[in-house]
Order: sequence, then C-alpha cells, then structure tokens
Amino acid sequence: MSHAARTPSIVETAIKVTPEIVADHGMTPEEYARIRKILGREPNFTELGIFSVMWSEHCSYKSSRIHLKRLPTRAPQVLQGPGENAGVVDVGDGLAAVFKMESHNHPSYVEPFQGAATGVGGILRDVFTMGARPIAVLDSLRFGTITSDNGAAPEVVARNRRLVDGVVRGIAFYGNCFGVPTVGGEVEFEPSYAGNPLVNVLALGIAPKNQLFFARARGEGNPVIYVGAKTGRDGIHGASLLASAEFTEKSQEKRPNVQVGDPFLAKLLLEACLEAMATGAIVAIQDMGAAGLTSSSCEMASRGGVGIEIELDRVPQRETGMTAYEMMLSESQERMLLVAERGREAEVFHVFRKWGLDAVEIGRVTSDGMLRVEHHGQIDAQIPANALAEQAPVYQRPIAPPKPSLACDARVALSTAGADLTSNFRRLLTASAIASKRWIFEQYDHMVRTNTTVFPGAADAAVVRLKGTTRALALATDGKGRWCALDPRAGAMHAVAEAARNVAAVGARPWAATNCLNFGNPEKPEVMWQFSVAVDGMAEACRGLSIPITGGNVSFYNDTLGKSIDPTPIVGVLGVIENAAATLTMAFRNEGDAIVLLDGRADSTRATSSGPRERESLREFASSEYARTIAGIVGGAPPAADIPAELRLIEALVGLAADNILASAHDLSDGGIAVALAECGFASDGLTAEAAWHTDAPAELALFAETGARAVVSVPQPSLARLQTLAAQYKIAALVIGRVTRGYFQVSLNGVTIIRDHADSLREVWSGAIERAVLNEPAPKQT
Amino acid sequence: MKIGIVVFPGSNCDHDAQHALSEILHTSAEFIWHQSPDLTGFDAVILPGGFAYGDYLRTGAIARFSPVMIAIARFVRCGGLVLGICNGFQILCEAGLLPGALMRNKGLRFVCRHLHIRVETTATPFTSAARPGQVLRVPIAHAEGNYVCDAATLAGLKHNNQIIFRYCTPDGRLNPATNPNGSLDAIAGICNRERNVMGMMPHPERAVEAALGSIDGLVVFRSLVQSLARQPAAAVS
Repeated sequence: MSHAARTPSIVETAIKVTPEIVADHGMTPEEYARIRKILGREPNFTELGIFSVMWSEHCSYKSSRIHLKRLPTRAPQVLQGPGENAGVVDVGDGLAAVFKMESHNHPSYVEPFQGAATGVGGILRDVFTMGARPIAVLDSLRFGTITSDNGAAPEVVARNRRLVDGVVRGIAFYGNCFGVPTVGGEVEFEPSYAGNPLVNVLALGIAPKNQLFFARARGEGNPVIYVGAKTGRDGIHGASLLASAEFTEKSQEKRPNVQVGDPFLAKLLLEACLEAMATGAIVAIQDMGAAGLTSSSCEMASRGGVGIEIELDRVPQRETGMTAYEMMLSESQERMLLVAERGREAEVFHVFRKWGLDAVEIGRVTSDGMLRVEHHGQIDAQIPANALAEQAPVYQRPIAPPKPSLACDARVALSTAGADLTSNFRRLLTASAIASKRWIFEQYDHMVRTNTTVFPGAADAAVVRLKGTTRALALATDGKGRWCALDPRAGAMHAVAEAARNVAAVGARPWAATNCLNFGNPEKPEVMWQFSVAVDGMAEACRGLSIPITGGNVSFYNDTLGKSIDPTPIVGVLGVIENAAATLTMAFRNEGDAIVLLDGRADSTRATSSGPRERESLREFASSEYARTIAGIVGGAPPAADIPAELRLIEALVGLAADNILASAHDLSDGGIAVALAECGFASDGLTAEAAWHTDAPAELALFAETGARAVVSVPQPSLARLQTLAAQYKIAALVIGRVTRGYFQVSLNGVTIIRDHADSLREVWSGAIERAVLNEPAPKQT
Repeated sequence: MKIGIVVFPGSNCDHDAQHALSEILHTSAEFIWHQSPDLTGFDAVILPGGFAYGDYLRTGAIARFSPVMIAIARFVRCGGLVLGICNGFQILCEAGLLPGALMRNKGLRFVCRHLHIRVETTATPFTSAARPGQVLRVPIAHAEGNYVCDAATLAGLKHNNQIIFRYCTPDGRLNPATNPNGSLDAIAGICNRERNVMGMMPHPERAVEAALGSIDGLVVFRSLVQSLARQPAAAVS
C-alpha cells in the first residue's frame, strides 16, 4: 500500500453529494445525518454509494431486525446461527450441514432466466464459502395463475407462463451445469404474484464439522485476495434499488441492474475454493453477493474486529474506466474475497491458477477497523467497517392490522349428501397447486453426485444420503400465501408445521430450519403487521416443535403498482434420518396393504354435523384448494394450527419409520385425504386406493378439508395391530380407511360411493396439467 | 488394474464415476487432469458427464482441444478402452473418435429421468457381461442427446453392429414415445468400428445401487472390468 493510506485526506469525487443524490440512493435525510455523524464529515459520492448498499433493506434488515430477534435460534445441534453466510448444524458422524434459503424475486421478474439463475448461484456461494460442498438445492416458487379459468386477463396469463418457463430454465441452467442436484421444493400459482413472482432458493452443503470456514478477517498484514470472475458494471445497485424498492411501470428499465450468471465459472470457483481451503492457508473467506466488494470486505473486517484496505487498481476488471463507486457496488457474479496467511499466498495462487481463475492480492488486513479504499493513488473511501456492517439504522416501523375483509365470511355451498364428486375430484387434480410438477423437475438434474435417494415427487421431502455414513438428510420447503393473507400468524405456523411434517413423513427427525420471509412494502403499517404476527407464529411453531432457525432472508418491497403480494413466509426444514435404509416414500408398495389415517389429535372428532365445530370447519373449508378450484372461493380462515398435535404426529411418523413397519407415508395438505390417497397411487407402480369409512362430516369436508397434523400411511395387514398399539403410545388416532388395490380409485363414505374412476385416467389428468398450462396446450378429452 | 477418469474444467460426474468404480466395484479409479499429456499406467479411461468448459459454445467443442485428448487418441489407436458418458460421449464425437454428433433434444429442454435402454449387442468390452436384448433401467440427464449422423454412417453403424443401446419400453420394444430426445434410430449409445471406444448418453454410474433406484448400470462397469481382466491393455503403454 502506498504511503497515502496513512493520511486521511479523502478524494473529492466528481459527482457532488446533494439531497437529490441522497434520495436517489434510497436514503432518508435522517440516514444521511447518521452517516455524517459517523464520519464526522460529509461523505463523498463513493462513500455514499457504499453506505447506501450496506444500509439498504436487503443488506441491513433495518425493518425486520427487531422482529427477527423473536425467532428461536439456539439448540445443542446448532454450530452457527444467523449472522454468517449460512447456518450450520451438527448432523452426526463428524459432519456439519450448512444450509440457507434466499430470495431473488425482483431480478426474476425483470429478467426471469438470469434472475433465477443468479439466485441459485448466490446461495450456492453462501454455502461453499463456508467450506461445504453443495449437495442439494430446493426452489420455492410463486407465480401468478397460468390458467385463465379464474378470470385472469389473457396477457397476464401469457406473461405468467413466460415467467414460469424462464425461471425454470434459469434454475436448470445454473444448477445442472454447476453440478448440484435440484431435488425438490414447491411451486404455487396465485393471482397476487402476477406482478411479483417469488424465487426462493435453498442450498444445502456438507462439510466435516471441524473444517468450517468463516468470514472473520484477522491478522494485521495478512493479504486480502480477490478470486474468481472479473468485475464489470453489471448488477450495480441490485441490492439497494432493485431489491429494496417497489415495482412501478418503469421496472423493465431496471434490467441492467440484474446480474448475469456463469455456472461454469462458479463450478471452477467451487473446486478451487475447496482445494485452496484444504491447503490450510486461508484465514477467512466470503463470497461477493449483494453489494459485492463492499459487503465482503466490510463484513469480514467487522466480524473479525479489524480493518481492511484495498487498492482498486489491482482488482481484475472486464471493463475499462470503471470508477471506485462502480467497482465497490458491482454485483458481478462468481467472485470471492479471502484473507490468507501472510507468507502462504503462493499456495493459494497455485490452486486458482490450476483452475484458470484470477487470484490477485488487492489489499491487506489492518488493525484500525477501517474499510479503506484506494484508487489511482488516492483514498476514495474511508469508513469504519463496523458502522457499515452493524450500525445501520434499526426501524420499529408502525404496525396496524388491516381492515377485516369480507372474504372472511365466504362459505362453500356443499353438495347434497351422497352426491357423486368424481368430476369435481378430477378437476381438483388438475389444479396447479395439486397437479404433478414433473414437467418442472425433469428439467433439473436431480441426481448428480449420486446422493439423491428420494426423487422429486416421490415423497413429501427430498432425501440425500451422506456417503460414508448410514445417515441421510431430508429437506422440504413450505409456505402458503393464501392462508397467510387470511391469517398471517396461523399461516406461518402451518408453514413450519407442514415442512416439519413433510420431513417426518420420510422418517427424518426435524433438526433445523431456514426461512425466507417474502412481504410487501414495510413502510405500510398493514404489511409490517403481517410481518410481525407471521414472525410470532413462526417462532411459536418452531419453539413448539423444537426446531431452531439458523438463518434466512427477508424480502420486502414485493409490491407492484402499490399492491403487495400475499404475505409469504417460506420455511425450509432440514431433517436427519439415522438409518437411511428406513427412508419412507409416499408410494403404495403392496396390493392389499391397509391404508390408515393418522391424526395428531387423538380425540379427533372434528367436522361433526352440527354445532359451532361445523361452523368453524366450514369457515376453514372456504380457504381450501377445493373451495378455490371448485367453488371459486378464496376466503374463510386457515385451519387452526395445533402445534402439540403436530408434534405428536411428527414423533409418531419418525418412530414408526424407524420401526420399519410402514410401507408408505404421506402427509395431508392441498386437497385433503382424497388427493393424498390418489397421490400415493400416482407415485407407485400401478397401485391405487380403495377407501371407505364412516363420518358425521359432510362429504366435501371429510374428503377435501386441509386440517393439519394428519398423514395417510399404508401398512402390511400383519403389522396393523402393532401400528395401532404404537399409535396409542404416541397418543395419536389411527383409523383404518381402506386398502391398497389396482384398477379403480374409489372412496366411499357411510356406504355410498362418492368418487370412483380408473386410476390411470386420474393419473393422466393429474400428470400433464402443468405442462399443458405452461405450454398452452389443450386438455385431453375426459374418458 | 487402474481406470482413469478425466477431469475437464466443468466435469461434474467425475466423482460419481469414481464412487461407482472404487466403492461399488472395488476397482482402482484415479482422476486425470485434462492437461495431462500421458496416460501411462491406466488400463482404461472414462470421460465423465458434466459441462466441460460450460458447454457454452457447443457441447465438447472446446474440451476436444484439451491436451489429454491427444493422449486419448493415441491410447485409442493402441487399443485402449475408452468409455464416454453423456458429456463424455459428446466430447468423443467432437474429437472424431466416434462418428456422428449430438444435437439439442427434440423438446429443446434438459431432461432428467429414468428410462429404459436395450442392449443391442454384447460383442463389446462394455456390454460383454450383459444378456443380448437385456433391458436396463438407467437415468438420462442432458439437453443435447439427440444423436444424428448421415445415412452412410448409419448404414455403417448398423452393418458393423456398432449400435450398442437403443431407448425402449420397459419390456424392450422400440416405440417413438420412449425416445426422449429425438435420437436417430433411438440410438442411446454406439461404439467405434474397432469396438474399443463407446459413448452413451444415459448415466450407468447413477444406477449402481438399489438406494439410487436401480442397479442396472453395473453391467457396463462389470463388463469393462472383466474385459480388462481378460486382456490387459498392455499394448497401450
């Protein structure tokens, strides 16, 4: 470093900082005053830019921070909670699971292919920067409707289809080339996402637990090394202007703010980083994601309680004439910043040269706590690193519940007792929430690395084994915006409960969770209320189920033309299967097996024919997929979340799986028991269900209600008695409702057949609906 | 016996091939960096799946210029056994070690799923342990697996019994609906005239354990290992 670094004379930038420029950076006058106070002077243009990205909502969590504190984050298995690049939990056998979920919503709307691709790239870097090799990716996607039966305008439906196609191709492009299997996730289609789709990506990596890497710089004089792709002008202000503001008519003009992904380079970067880490010469490392060079340098310095000075002339650049401002704010992809042990730089350079990547010493660790940026021999910025990373303003934004909507009173008109519901059921199977997602997941390589033992669509959760051990990890994501719109607290509780139930249904014990909280503009009191109560619901459910949250992401400003999306907290739950051989899927296995409905509420008598219980059940039913698809109603209230019942069911599912007595297990969600029974058949080798039971409830409620804490399992007849004994021990109800058969799918209630159709015909409508909708092809004729 | 697995920048099924050979078949398998100019000590070479050089230009178009490809061409001339899987198949075609080319799938999308292929001939070192007509359940995962060649080449492939696998129904029949990518004549794998180089689009290394959903890919690696045991590739070095 030149001598100038010691003299604190900051260069005057050509562009002067004015109140208008401050506002253009998305900063308030109060925030600007705070900067002046921290610096003890006016910032120059470069410094303003640096503050604006680090203090953006996206990077600083300034609106959400006080609420996020209420989430449980501690547990004995947690090795690293929120605050690092990803969360880390101990999964046994000396291994650590490194995982996190992140959103890339706005970029994916502006440019679906690259937006989704770089969303995958960003979260993969977060995982491998900690020394973990990524072994699985899941995607939680939300789009506007892709069929016009709900009265959506043709041009909106057409645009939604293009978004689905672009996002899916983008995810496939990045993940397939990088060599990480995309093993699961979920997708829903609701009108509220038409102007603001959600692309949330979860990545899981695995590392020996004593070989983790952290983003904490240390050691005065240690070299700061830039590795990976060259810096360009792409993605400047991605974090502050794209991710931290609402959409307007002019959003397409933001396309240059979207980064461009290069999965091949990321693959090289992965291999080179893991190889360089193995040399032992690396002290700290962080990826350059949002706010690129700025965030990686000041966060590493701040966490380590040191300073970092960098010389921008040495940064590999792919364009000429870039200013300090542009370089510090660029979000060019596939770059990392690392701190090496002084004297061992050559070992690091050697590895990166082998992989054909740039690796350049651009600065060093100092002891003064400053982020100092030099360019053309002058100091362009000098800011306390801690002020950037930790002293962003924290807002307690106003909170106000929205006015109750009329839809709360919506009710589904039920059919007469004994009516045949077969044609309604067929329609329900084509609903985009329920129809097979095969067309999507077949575009993803879900097998590379040969760890995937449960493929997408085969079970409620994806399962990847851990080679060299007897263990496997299960992962599921969930979150229902429609329910959260009606009741954010209950909706968030269900998101946790369902993801945990999904993981338990394959036999895994829920172990830890990550989240991605997608909401509208936090400056609207109703949105902030939704956020606050959703966090409360999530915290209560996680506490009740003993699932710590180890990190995640908040995405605000999901608004287009002033209208917010349905509040959509997505939860990703990681589970551990001790004995991978005991993994369960939803597929029926043997003709003649008994089909049993498990219910976490042992005294399960809900949905009786009279009294307040039925009124409540009808209210809940108005929020179901059946109500939406068949009755065209979106309203009512989500089912009451019963966390103790969920816990009993989860304990039972995990215990029964380990006991090896079940042939299959599938939790109940969209479309209730009827859809779950059909899906167990669709996943199987030509088997289906013949079910009959007695109930006091109206047929639609009995078959299609989406009450939680339930699962259907199949069990060989000789094990049925033992299943019932164990169910009693777990204090859950186990009602035999049918048997596994071939040919016709049939459900009867109280001795009357309500649904009967050939399983192959049902499978046909179910399996092709998404593909037909996205590609706008006609439906097959009803058989 | 030692089998080499070439690592190009962007190969991503290299570890999977090694796992199949060393953990499942207990055969020595080592990586060969793409810049390695010589294959001394290796009895057979596998070009694994992946996206060598990102496949941004055309699959395999850059990888064929890696230094190791010169050594592989020499290895092939000396009778060494070379198996190209997926991207490896594409690279072997680009390098001219196998005839024809692999174009984008008929549906213009990446396709990953299990399907069935039929063993068309057991007269190769890669299928000698299979039964003639045996149906294998193996996965594919590619966007460019649509095999094409000119009419004369196809006639030659047929005449010389070089078509090794065809996409088929679970009971071994050929049916246009089971062709996942539009390949000419439902071709899933071929060998060269000398029968020591084979390329296939499906991934046998992903079908070597019951936990992965199929063990049908084992027959390819078993054939290779048995062939090497029968006639060590001494000629090569």
